[in-house]
Amino acid sequence: MVTGRMPLYGDVMTSADLTSRRVSAVVGALWSAPTWRATRNVLAAFLVALVGGVLLGGLGLIWWAAIDSLVHWPVGGWSHAALYGAVVAAVPVLALWSVQGLAALQRSRLHTTLGVDIPAVPRAAERKPWPIGPWLAAATWRQLGFHLLSLVTGVAGGGLVAACWLAPVAAIGYLGAARPPAAAGAAAVAAAAGLLLAAPWLARLVTRADEALARALLGPGHHEELALRLESLTRSRADIVAAADAERRRIERDLHDGAQQRLVSLALNLGMARARFTSAPEPVRQAIADAHDEVVLALAEMREFIRGLHPAVLNDRGLDAALSGLAARAPLPVRLRVEAPRRASPSVEAVAYFIVSEALTNVARHARATQAEVTVTRQGDVLRIAVTDDGCGGAVPPEGDGPGAGTGLRGLAQRAAAVDGTLTIDSPPGGPTVIVAELPCES
Amino acid sequence: MRIVIAEDSVLLRDGLTRMLTGGGFEVVAAVPDAGQLLQAVADRQPDLALIDVRMPPTHTDEGIRAALVIRRQHPDVALLVLSQYVEESYATDLLSTATSSVGYLLKDRVAHVEDFLDAVRRVAGGGTALDPEVVAQLLVRRRDDPIDRLTPRELQVLRLMAEGRSNHGIVAVLKVSPSAVEKYVTNIFAKLDLPPTGTDHRRVLAVLKYLGS
Repeated sequence: MVTGRMPLYGDVMTSADLTSRRVSAVVGALWSAPTWRATRNVLAAFLVALVGGVLLGGLGLIWWAAIDSLVHWPVGGWSHAALYGAVVAAVPVLALWSVQGLAALQRSRLHTTLGVDIPAVPRAAERKPWPIGPWLAAATWRQLGFHLLSLVTGVAGGGLVAACWLAPVAAIGYLGAARPPAAAGAAAVAAAAGLLLAAPWLARLVTRADEALARALLGPGHHEELALRLESLTRSRADIVAAADAERRRIERDLHDGAQQRLVSLALNLGMARARFTSAPEPVRQAIADAHDEVVLALAEMREFIRGLHPAVLNDRGLDAALSGLAARAPLPVRLRVEAPRRASPSVEAVAYFIVSEALTNVARHARATQAEVTVTRQGDVLRIAVTDDGCGGAVPPEGDGPGAGTGLRGLAQRAAAVDGTLTIDSPPGGPTVIVAELPCES
Repeated sequence: MRIVIAEDSVLLRDGLTRMLTGGGFEVVAAVPDAGQLLQAVADRQPDLALIDVRMPPTHTDEGIRAALVIRRQHPDVALLVLSQYVEESYATDLLSTATSSVGYLLKDRVAHVEDFLDAVRRVAGGGTALDPEVVAQLLVRRRDDPIDRLTPRELQVLRLMAEGRSNHGIVAVLKVSPSAVEKYVTNIFAKLDLPPTGTDHRRVLAVLKYLGS
């Protein structure tokens, strides 16, 4: 009847099992891996905190002494005063190096002993003007705070943990040297055993406090974390824009060297066949003529497509040259004025080109305009692109939610935003419509 | 007539050679890049050089730069430049030093064999052959406005002139009388403050200079 006894058996065992488990947990903790990791960390923290405390304390003392000496002027005359002044000036620099160096040391300690990675705060260290800038950063003061608090967690906590581990040694020494009465001896043994059994928990507690403090004070604060994140997002977005750009260029080049050349060659051959075989039967001539017409159309489409992908002349000669072709191919008369003596980055030029391209497409499609004007000017570090048409107006800005909240215009705004630019649309009913994009470009 | 071809695509180089040979021209050299082009022109002294714009090593405007060098070193060699895309800035470079015996066409134009061979003959004969796309781009770039004074019809005639067409050619395209074309041309010169001169080709050049200014 094994199946019937199973629940009973379980119930009976529970309380005894629990007690024995507790005992084995407490005793087992003495040589478990987390305990040793925590102890190793506490001892390392103890050493680093001690060094830091001596260093910073010494610097503080020297500084205070120098200031004190200057205040009680004139002790020892000008040469001494100059020395004290130099010390007063030098200590903040030395202290800054110490704070930053110790922070780096603490980070590498946490990494080595606990596998905890705490990111550095480079922005605080690089703040200008040096060395005042870094002292104005909250991060520096948080680091200093950590070094001072680590006197508690590191030195005091570390000392306590060490004392707990060494308690049995002390008890044996006491029993051996003092030969106390039985009661006192038993009390000493009990105390030593208690301290020893507490050591793992204390080590882990101190380590947890140490880690929490480090996370709060050594790493970037909320603002710095946001700033770091913003920086990395900005960089990765720029990378994505540049990569997409490079990819388009590569495809353009591949098509130009491959499919496009083949199509031209095919068109040439069909053209020759059409011109030569004038005496062939009518169906043959017709077939050749059809194929020829078809390939000429395909060539034109291919050219338009590749040109839309990325005009080679944009790389080669810049925006000014590339926009000519765009303006000339627009289905309505376009006036073009480009005054941008310095070239912008390839990404910005590509965005500017596509904004003009899409804006002109929009004008042709929706504005019922008779002409358009494209003006590109460079004002300092801003490339300004204005596309004006004399059409019916009423274009819906991209953030609007009307029925026509134009996908085209939204596309323009997105392109501008991809390089941190802005897009504004002024389009009163009845026109005229003015679309202005302002793209920042580093000088 | 002796022709040198510079084109990096083997396929097209062969196709062009066959077409020109079939059209009664003598292709004396067909080379894949600008360096060999300059060498071939110096060695063979052709009547015309047919040049692709995008060639190794940089695949940008080698052909245009080579054309300018040829014009400087061998002014008698006619230049016909071909490209997948025509660009106003290349045209301006080309026309800045060469305003006769020069042409700039889309590669697509080779599909229409007779038209293309006509353009080759025109350029070799001292005339010009500019792609309608080039002309359109040049018109976009004009800085001053006297052209606004032209009527649409006169503008159309001006474009055809800029492409290198003779009065006869314009008559054929617009299907109007020769005297009407004469009148348009006279009006254009009057409105653009250009003194009328005798030959077709000087007219065209005057217009082109104006467009390129």
